[in-house]
Amino acid sequence: MAFLEVKNIYKSFGKTEVLKGVSFNLEKGEVLSVIGSSGNGKTTLLRCLNFLETPDSGEITVENRVIFPAQSQKNSKTANPLTFGMVFQNFNLFPQYSVIDNITLAMNVVGENKLKASGVKYLERKKAMRKIKEENRQAALGIIERVGLSEKINNYPCELSGGQQQRVAIARALALNPDILCFDEPTSALDPELTGEVLKVIKGLRDDNRTMIIVTHEMAFAKGVSDKVVFMADGVIEEIGTPSQIFEQPKSEKLKSFLSALKKEEEV
Amino acid sequence: MFEKIIFELLQGFGNTLALFAITLVLSLPLGLLMSFGTMSKFKPLSYLCKGIIWVIRGTPLMLQVLLVSFLPKYLFKVYNKDVAIFLGVSTNTLLFIFVAVAFVINYACYFSEIFRSGIQAISKGQYEAGKVLGLTKTQVFFKVVLMQVVKIIIPPMSNEIITLVKDTALAQILGVVDLLNAAQHAVNNYVILTPLLYAAIFYLIFNGILTLLFGRIEKKLSYYKV
Ligand SMILES: Nc1ncnc2c1ncn2[C@@H]1O[C@H](COP(=O)(O)OP(=O)(O)OP(=O)(O)O)[C@@H](O)[C@H]1O
Ligand SMILES: [Mg+2]
Repeated sequence: MAFLEVKNIYKSFGKTEVLKGVSFNLEKGEVLSVIGSSGNGKTTLLRCLNFLETPDSGEITVENRVIFPAQSQKNSKTANPLTFGMVFQNFNLFPQYSVIDNITLAMNVVGENKLKASGVKYLERKKAMRKIKEENRQAALGIIERVGLSEKINNYPCELSGGQQQRVAIARALALNPDILCFDEPTSALDPELTGEVLKVIKGLRDDNRTMIIVTHEMAFAKGVSDKVVFMADGVIEEIGTPSQIFEQPKSEKLKSFLSALKKEEEV
Repeated sequence: MFEKIIFELLQGFGNTLALFAITLVLSLPLGLLMSFGTMSKFKPLSYLCKGIIWVIRGTPLMLQVLLVSFLPKYLFKVYNKDVAIFLGVSTNTLLFIFVAVAFVINYACYFSEIFRSGIQAISKGQYEAGKVLGLTKTQVFFKVVLMQVVKIIIPPMSNEIITLVKDTALAQILGVVDLLNAAQHAVNNYVILTPLLYAAIFYLIFNGILTLLFGRIEKKLSYYKV
């Protein structure tokens, strides 16, 4: 059985059917890119994986654990963050927190939840929490270094460029060490000259064998970073294959016309 | 005579200050609850809260104060005198309570609209970012959203609170001796105009302190942009 199995996901908003039976598999350490023209449900698919939307039907399993449909109400609330991480198109950093605090916030909450669940008494918990916070801070510093922002740990999001903000957002998602990290067009809100630094960070993660799903319009990047590429059209996966299969030997007419339209765009 | 006038004004100012503080302390949490009510997905609750706000904001505060003072008589056919005895307070205190009740309800409605606008100004992305990081709804509200809301609502809040300082002068229509009422008495007693001037200075100093305070909070929160 594959690491991640997505089976027959359906999702409609009112009368608009957005996902009409999406299925794919992903192995641990693989990188999957999702391409397709606008409005084809790419974002919706990622949001379903991250429980920001609830699919109408289908099944999602990770390492043989069924994470959708949820086994219980409680499960649906707590299972998600450790399984999936999400990097948004427009970063969504917390403006009132510094870079380091943006990253440690959720780490500390996780630590606190664990402590509470372990039933440690209040005073001891305070003490233990201090230690956990310091550990989280050290871990966060390491992650910040990997995204190349060690100089900015005490800056606030409004003091950073878009590319730097997106790298903080990546660090924040990484900090919880999710099984699968999702990116929704991580560079499309950035000025062209800033996309490179973000793509480089993602490439670095690939080299660490992190399992990732990346929705992107950057075809060259998709070609270079992915093990598999998915082409979505009309709410279904029209074609799936290796980068060379998808970009050099497209089979379906829709994919062919999508790629040739892109080529024309580039020539203009 | 100067000391005597100042002493009388200070007594009035005591009532003004009490009304101000009570209104603030009670109407802020009540306003927050009402804003949750107006934003509730449960439509009847939302319509009820919106209806109350519409009525309260659409009628004069003075009318509401008068209405509250007449309610016991018209609803329960009891005289205010008996209500005071029943509650074990003096008639003056009862009148003060009537004023305070009207003020708390009135200001809760204004504050709730400010809270609502602040909460609705926070982008959906903030909630979603919190959710994918595994925070519960309550944690997202307190750890992520609240500070941003506070920053957004400080300017309209300070406006409203400064208006409250001046609105306290309405207490006198039920005969509560507030700062302005005390000044009027002094004007009549001593046949001079200066008590009114002194009262104006009291109001100005009070609002000056509040303005400084809000300015300082705003500056403290200026390190981030929402
Ligand atoms: N919350 C929603 N309510 C109603 N319709 C929605 C909602 N979210 C998405 N849709 C619709 O679903 C369709 C797919 O949207 P989605 O954002 O998944 O597309 P996408 O492939 O990510 O497009 P893009 O490349 O422009 O980001 C669109 O037609 C959109 O209008
Ligand atoms: Mg999208």
